[in-house]
Amino acid sequence: MKKLTLYAAFGMLLFGAACTQEKKLPILGDREAKISKDANGNEKIDTVYKTIPDFKFLNQDSVEVTQDMFNNKIYVADFFFTSCTTICPVMHRNMKTIYDKYQGNPEVMFLSHTIDFKYDKPSVLKKYAQKLGVDGPQWQFLYGDKATVYSLAKEDYLVAVQEDSAATDGYVHQGWLVLIDKHKRIRGAYDGTKTEEVEKLKSDMDVLLAEKD
Amino acid sequence: MSKIKGISFRKIVVYSLFGMAISAIINSCQSASEIEMAKYLSNGKDIYLARCQNCHGVNGEGLGELAPPLTDTVFLKDNKEKLACYIKNGVSEPMQIHGKTYQEKMPAFKDLHDIDIAQVMVYITNSFGNKQGMYTYEQVARDLQHCK
Ligand code: HEC
Repeated sequence: MKKLTLYAAFGMLLFGAACTQEKKLPILGDREAKISKDANGNEKIDTVYKTIPDFKFLNQDSVEVTQDMFNNKIYVADFFFTSCTTICPVMHRNMKTIYDKYQGNPEVMFLSHTIDFKYDKPSVLKKYAQKLGVDGPQWQFLYGDKATVYSLAKEDYLVAVQEDSAATDGYVHQGWLVLIDKHKRIRGAYDGTKTEEVEKLKSDMDVLLAEKD
Repeated sequence: MSKIKGISFRKIVVYSLFGMAISAIINSCQSASEIEMAKYLSNGKDIYLARCQNCHGVNGEGLGELAPPLTDTVFLKDNKEKLACYIKNGVSEPMQIHGKTYQEKMPAFKDLHDIDIAQVMVYITNSFGNKQGMYTYEQVARDLQHCK
């Protein structure tokens, strides 16, 4: 009997230890199994997660930017437009607090895609960034054609965007801030208009930065 | 002796009753306007949080150079009769706020009625360190006739 209690206590201890193991963020999006052969010809199954595909856009300095710029970095991405008078100011007020927290950290970047392909040319984005108080390359504001940007939003970042002449400013979109890891996988999506969710994003970014892959 | 005393006593009672009536009227007027002001403030705050806070911030701090702060009391006082027009019709002209020039675009709030504009104006001009008292919807109606 005494032995039993001892084992039970030991078991509980083990369980407790397992629970305090390194915290990990979930990996979001569809996944598929890929079967490959290792060096000895044995088959093994890998899980392949959804990743953000490569892209090519102009940034606020009219320089062409691809995903190479985000290699070995985690980043926060969103979709907005400069003349948006509803949720964008809140999203970027909140995103700016994250930017301020990680400013100068070489492992962290920010990426805002404009969905206003008519008006938000690089020079407009540049002025907007400066007025927001963002200078330098750590926060990229990217301009691209409608088809590419909208499909990237919907298919890859899983953010709904659309042109809508009935909407206040001509476009509607969701206010997600999407967290991407160093392997281009989606690790979280947070409502950028809510300060609690933005605080959660900040602490999740610390977890993601501490993650050993 | 007692008669004189009686008269003066009655006089005292009458005068003091009269005085009490007067002060009751004054007091009730004061609290009625206080209640009115409190109503404006609380409705104005709701409108502010729903429509203005995204750009001007929960503490009226503004948003970089994209939206000016609402903490420049002198600006708000000097431009008081223009504020209703700014809110109703939107505005895009250079403005000096805290000595800094802002030139951006504020959207029009066509759906806000005079009373809503008055309430949100009372809220912003009595918050964030401002203390400028009441502004009625009648004044808003008058201001709106002189928009550029
Ligand atoms: C989309 C962002 C936006 C929203 C929403 C907005 N404003 Fe503004 N507001 C601005 C900008 C930008 C200016 C400066 C316009 C200019 O440069 O001509 C401004 C200027 C002002 C000014 C005068 C300048 C100052 O700072 O004192 C007042 C007062 C004001 N807004 C009040 C309001 C009120 C009240 C509401 C809500 C009913 C509101 N604003 C909603 C962006 C906004």
